Amino acid sequence: MNVVFWILAVITILGGLTAVTLKNTVHCALALTVAFAGLALLFLELDAQFAGFAQILVYIGAVAILVVFAILLTRGSETPSEGVFSRTWFAGLLIAAGVFSVLAWAVLHSTAALPHESNVPAVDVRQIGHALMGRYVLPLEIVALLLTSAMLGAVIVAMHEKGEQK
Amino acid sequence: MTPLAAYLLVAALVFAIGLAGALTRRNAILVLIGIELMLNAANLNLVAFWRYGPHPELLTGMMFAVFSIAVAAAEAAVGLGLVIAIYRHARTTDLDEINRMKG
Amino acid sequence: MQEAMQFTPYTVASWIGKILWLIPALPIVAAGFIALLKQPKRKLASSLAISALFVSLLLALAAFGDVLAGWASGHAVRETVNFAWMHFGTTSVDLGWVLDPLSAVMLVMVTFVGLLIFIYSVGYMAHDENYTRFFCFLSLFAGAMLGVVISNSILLLFMCWELVGLTSYLLIGFWFQKPSAAAAAKKAFLTTRVGDIFFLLGIVWLFAQSGTLLFYNQGAGSMEPGALAGMLAAHGGLGLSAATAIGLLIFAGAVGKSGQLPLHVWLPDAMEGPTPVSALIHAATMVAAGVYLIARVYPLMSAGLQPGGTTVALSVVTWVGAATAVFAALIAVAQNDIKRILAYSTVSQLGYMMAGLGLGGVAIGMFHLITHAFFKALLFMGAGSVIHGCHEEQDIRHMGGLWKDMRWTFYTYAAGMLALAGFIPFAGFWSKDAILESAGSWHPSKAPFYLLVFGALLTAFYMTRQVSYVFFGKFRGHGHAHESPRVMTVPLAILAFFAVVLGLVGTPAWPWFRSFLTDRPSHFEWAGFAEPGIFTLMLTSTAVVVVGLLLGWWLYGNKSPRAEEPDALEKVMPLVWRALSNRLYVDEFYGATFIAFYFWWARVADWLDRCVWGGIVAAVTWLFGLLARFDRFFDENWVNGGFDKGCEELAVGGGLLARVQSGRVQTYLRLLALAVVVLAAILIWSSRG
Repeated sequence: MNVVFWILAVITILGGLTAVTLKNTVHCALALTVAFAGLALLFLELDAQFAGFAQILVYIGAVAILVVFAILLTRGSETPSEGVFSRTWFAGLLIAAGVFSVLAWAVLHSTAALPHESNVPAVDVRQIGHALMGRYVLPLEIVALLLTSAMLGAVIVAMHEKGEQK
Repeated sequence: MTPLAAYLLVAALVFAIGLAGALTRRNAILVLIGIELMLNAANLNLVAFWRYGPHPELLTGMMFAVFSIAVAAAEAAVGLGLVIAIYRHARTTDLDEINRMKG
Repeated sequence: MQEAMQFTPYTVASWIGKILWLIPALPIVAAGFIALLKQPKRKLASSLAISALFVSLLLALAAFGDVLAGWASGHAVRETVNFAWMHFGTTSVDLGWVLDPLSAVMLVMVTFVGLLIFIYSVGYMAHDENYTRFFCFLSLFAGAMLGVVISNSILLLFMCWELVGLTSYLLIGFWFQKPSAAAAAKKAFLTTRVGDIFFLLGIVWLFAQSGTLLFYNQGAGSMEPGALAGMLAAHGGLGLSAATAIGLLIFAGAVGKSGQLPLHVWLPDAMEGPTPVSALIHAATMVAAGVYLIARVYPLMSAGLQPGGTTVALSVVTWVGAATAVFAALIAVAQNDIKRILAYSTVSQLGYMMAGLGLGGVAIGMFHLITHAFFKALLFMGAGSVIHGCHEEQDIRHMGGLWKDMRWTFYTYAAGMLALAGFIPFAGFWSKDAILESAGSWHPSKAPFYLLVFGALLTAFYMTRQVSYVFFGKFRGHGHAHESPRVMTVPLAILAFFAVVLGLVGTPAWPWFRSFLTDRPSHFEWAGFAEPGIFTLMLTSTAVVVVGLLLGWWLYGNKSPRAEEPDALEKVMPLVWRALSNRLYVDEFYGATFIAFYFWWARVADWLDRCVWGGIVAAVTWLFGLLARFDRFFDENWVNGGFDKGCEELAVGGGLLARVQSGRVQTYLRLLALAVVVLAAILIWSSRG
């Protein structure tokens, strides 16, 4: 494993950690963005350039911004009085640790079945285009529909009710 | 450790971190942040398996990841919209306080 | 002389024999109709009763005529009509009736005397408000008595016997509002019951021994030679033959019903009933039923009789009869109630009848029964007339001088009194003489003869005493005595006529009655008087009677002592008088022994019932109560409580489980994640395995 991978891995993990532990919610959103960036670079490292750029565009460009907007709209920037973690945070931590242990154990104990180095795939955009319009046309259309309905839904959900005070 | 295993472990760790955040933070938005992390970890898994699995020329893994990104975006939009709506109603985003559905 | 019955074989039942059952049936049906009538319908009630009995009388006369014709032509009549009432396997319960001289004579007597008394009652009970009920019971009694007379089955006889006892109870206690009357009725019933128990035992034994209930049944009856021989041979315990034992048991029934010693105690108390009742039931008919019964079963009583000897059964009958005759006559001397004197006189005369049966046979006993019925009924009815005339006064010390004011009553009463005393040539003389004659020639002992003669003396004495008190001297009552109405005096006259004349059918010169009953031809011949001993006997008995009459007259005559003064005899023998006037303490003796024992036994039974059986019941109840309480405890605490506890636990568990629904999103998320962990673990494990 090369050094780039390890650096990128550390960045991603640290980004994630800070994202869930900081008190200031805006700082958490920013840390999340770092995590996203780390993951995008990891995609690039995995020769999935399209996925990496899509990740940057969508996640960092849209989702992170959205999260910041939401934080600002809900006064999330103010520090809460009782503390940021829930009263029963230890149970949650424990469960997460349980999940990680199961996954890690599964991964580490199945190395025998895991395939080793393989050839670098040559992926160009044309192929992706062909794939999108060929094999994956149905998912494409459905995703389009989904995005539309999601947009509509979000608007309706977050819209001011008639007569309701702001 | 094979490269694939390393990638999978990283993904698993990120997943666990995201889960921990979703399960322990009070603020609803931070729960959504955790969920985004979990989704990203899953995407990483997919791409890693595409890169190191059989038949990468089929582009299955990467396509799956791309679609997952699209869906995650939609989901984030709707979810945050819901949080805002709840905030408007309950005047707080503290999840410990929001227990109207208590059985 | 004792004679055995001789009958030629039967003739088939004639027309009257076939309808003989109507004779008792008509009065019973009349009684049924009267029972349904309302009280105010008095005339209808008495007319029904009288006409029913009148028709019965006509039928009885027809029957008598039939038997008489048979006797006169030399063929003795014994017609029987038998039928089976119920079948039990191979045996059957037979009932039936018989028409022979014995029953014919009784039929005529009962219906005739009964009819006269019915007519008399119309006048006597005219002022009573329960007139209708009286005639109902009277008619029922008449029917039952006639049933006893014609019965050929000992079971049918017993059934009618009991019915007679029942009606006697009803009539003695007719004025039941009077406690003494109710008590007297009860006493009569219970005392005769004691006799009836033995009678029933006798019936059962007779049936078991002879195999049939019928007396006469074409040679198979229980009074016929075949069965008698069998009973004579069988053992009856205590060294007696079965015939004797059964005969004694049956005699016990007669002892109760006919008021012999020691079951005579009910007869004097039975005078609580109205006088017609006393006349009919306790003089003429019911008490005679006992004598009739013995006459009916005479073949059994005399089974094994050797000429010139006697059987054990007949001896017992004789001794009991003789003792009773004297015992009762002694008590009658010291009584002051007009009816009570006559009651004891009846007991005494019944003793004579029984003695006559035992000493001389059926004819002798029955003759006295028939004559006694007439003159005793006459005397009772006369006494009733006197009571009526003296405004319901019954104590003879408050009467007197009535021979002037109540002439008809006096003459008829005098006739009856002389007949009873046995003064020649009245009816009583001939019948009593016949008994004395048989007593005189009784081989086992002469004692009955002397007893009976003494009894005759006493009879004359106490009757004279009574007549002197009642009819002679001066009137000591209140108010003014008056003669009774015609409806009462005419029957008196008719009976008086018979009291005089009836004896003539049984004189030694013309023993028609005896011949009729024993199926011999009879002729009238003066030579009958010349038979050895007859004339002496007639003289002796007349002398005895005269002595008694004179003694009575001498002591009581025309004197009329006031009620508070002691009796003339009492002045002479005070102690004897006291004993006699207290009825020789028989009732007191019974009270101290049997009745006291009975009450003691009742107390024991009561204690047993309350403390022992009641205690057991109470214990069981307590046990059940205990069980019930435990059951309830168990149910409330363990069953209910357990159930309630279980429900509580369920609720608690539910409450605990409900905590999962906290309403907080993160809780749900955590559970999801946990589930995923578990699922993943399972999948991994299973794939590895």
